[in-house]
Amino acid sequence: MIFRRIAVDKTNNVWMVASLATILALPLIIGIGLYIKSIPLLEYQSAGSLVTSSEWLPSQGKFGFWPFIYGSLYVTMISFLLSAPVCVFAAIYLTQYASKRIVNIFMPIVDILAGLPSVIYGVFGILVVVPFISKYLAPIFDVSTSGYCILAGGIVLSIMSIPYMLNIMIEVFNTVPIGIKEASLSLGATSWESIKHVVVKRSIPGVISAFGLGIAKAFGETIAVMMVVGNVLKISHNPFKGGYPLPALIANNYGEMLSIPKYDSALMFAALLLLVVILLINIVFRYLIYKTQIK
Amino acid sequence: MNKRKQISEIVFKLISGFCAYSLIGILLFIIGIIFVKGFNALSFEMISQTPKGGYYFGGEGGFLNAIVGSLYIALGATFIAIMIGTPAALFINVHLVRYKRTQNTIRYLLDSLWGIPSIVYGAFGFTLMLLMGMNASLLAGIITVALLVTPIMTRTFDEVLQTIPKGLHEASFALGSTKTETAFKILFKQGFSGFVTAILLSFGRGIGDAASVLFTAGYTDLIPTNLDEPAATLPLAIFFQLGSPIPEVRERAFAAAAVLTILILIISITARIISKRYLKTIIK
Repeated sequence: MIFRRIAVDKTNNVWMVASLATILALPLIIGIGLYIKSIPLLEYQSAGSLVTSSEWLPSQGKFGFWPFIYGSLYVTMISFLLSAPVCVFAAIYLTQYASKRIVNIFMPIVDILAGLPSVIYGVFGILVVVPFISKYLAPIFDVSTSGYCILAGGIVLSIMSIPYMLNIMIEVFNTVPIGIKEASLSLGATSWESIKHVVVKRSIPGVISAFGLGIAKAFGETIAVMMVVGNVLKISHNPFKGGYPLPALIANNYGEMLSIPKYDSALMFAALLLLVVILLINIVFRYLIYKTQIK
Repeated sequence: MNKRKQISEIVFKLISGFCAYSLIGILLFIIGIIFVKGFNALSFEMISQTPKGGYYFGGEGGFLNAIVGSLYIALGATFIAIMIGTPAALFINVHLVRYKRTQNTIRYLLDSLWGIPSIVYGAFGFTLMLLMGMNASLLAGIITVALLVTPIMTRTFDEVLQTIPKGLHEASFALGSTKTETAFKILFKQGFSGFVTAILLSFGRGIGDAASVLFTAGYTDLIPTNLDEPAATLPLAIFFQLGSPIPEVRERAFAAAAVLTILILIISITARIISKRYLKTIIK
């Protein structure tokens, strides 16, 4: 009997360690897999020149990723500018002003928003954001657009990244000890002054991390953006023109990538680029959050 | 001066309240518009039939193939995630319970994994598929989605296991049980609510994710009967049909979006109810 129990314990330990090791090795395995697939392209052109060149003619063997990176950065920046203030204020309201009952109503709502599939946000973008831009917003600035543009991508992305950033930010604000806010209140500061000078000031590393993680999330988002951004391969500074973000490039061209030489390598390189950038941002900012929580 | 303070107090409270309540507005707006558009187009035929001839030109049929395909992929992926995620989460909380640093490092890595976009998993799944000589199939889709949801499953379950008092471990060890018995008979039962939440969360992600199945699961009008056949998925059905210039086909995409939204809402509400119910029986 005891031997059986020990045997079960031993086998189970192997299973547990193997599972955990698999999960932790996953980013490394993915990275190596994508790197091996992009070697044919990297042998032919260096990573630096691939990223900075803006000539994209796969049939002639010219792979310049800059237009796509530019498109991704532009969309991400718009989404960040729109969502960051909303997140900060909503997190302040939910952690500092709202009663427990209201918070209990809000948390499921944030969770449901975070759980909605990205294709649903894309449908919402096509139904609401795109017509809104082409009919109401563009005439104000005196431009004509179909509505499928960088701005539409930015707006849809901002809605998507709000719940994600908000969740992290609420966690960050909740780690501020209530005592130091009370100390500030007892010195005669108003509630808002205490929030501004004590709570927010103390959480600055956490807030910056939440911003960083939100940006990383927006940078890698695929389907929703791709549905509204127009997918036009041209660098334009006008947000009412279409753009072509990096994830959309991968998703749109998987069908033809095996028919043109090095094309599949190029797409895998794009995926590798996304993985490296996003993983780095995540590792740096998660570390910042982790440090603030230990204090 | 005092007046200015009072005004800024009120103004900022209003701004933050407005920002928070606008979230409810956004959620209701999204769900509302998708339901209004979707239910106008939705009929019983659509959720009970597979596409017939000429479906993509506005012909007869429905998107049952996509609904079933999505459920298959989400079920399969969740099953793999349970097989890998559960032991991993238990290991962190039983075997590593005395090594706080290691525990924190692992959690930190898992959180970072959560941020990897699904298109990267999709691209990797595609490479893996070519490497193993498979075609776009149900199995390839399941494996890719499983990679995507396993970190989520592990971290969610772990989050609940973390809160179980250490005294329970000690009591179990003191009675002579092995680590495995402690893990499965004590921690697993105590953390059961977290387990259910984790399953439903990964199931929801599996149903809703489009970018990872785009390369790997393929698309077909038939309901897959075997693991090596391609499978349609609901998000891709929405995506492809919206790309069509024909209004009837676009209407169907909205109907499919409504179905997907309902599925996701059911899953997240069930998760809430179940996790609350099991919380009552837990030793605090």
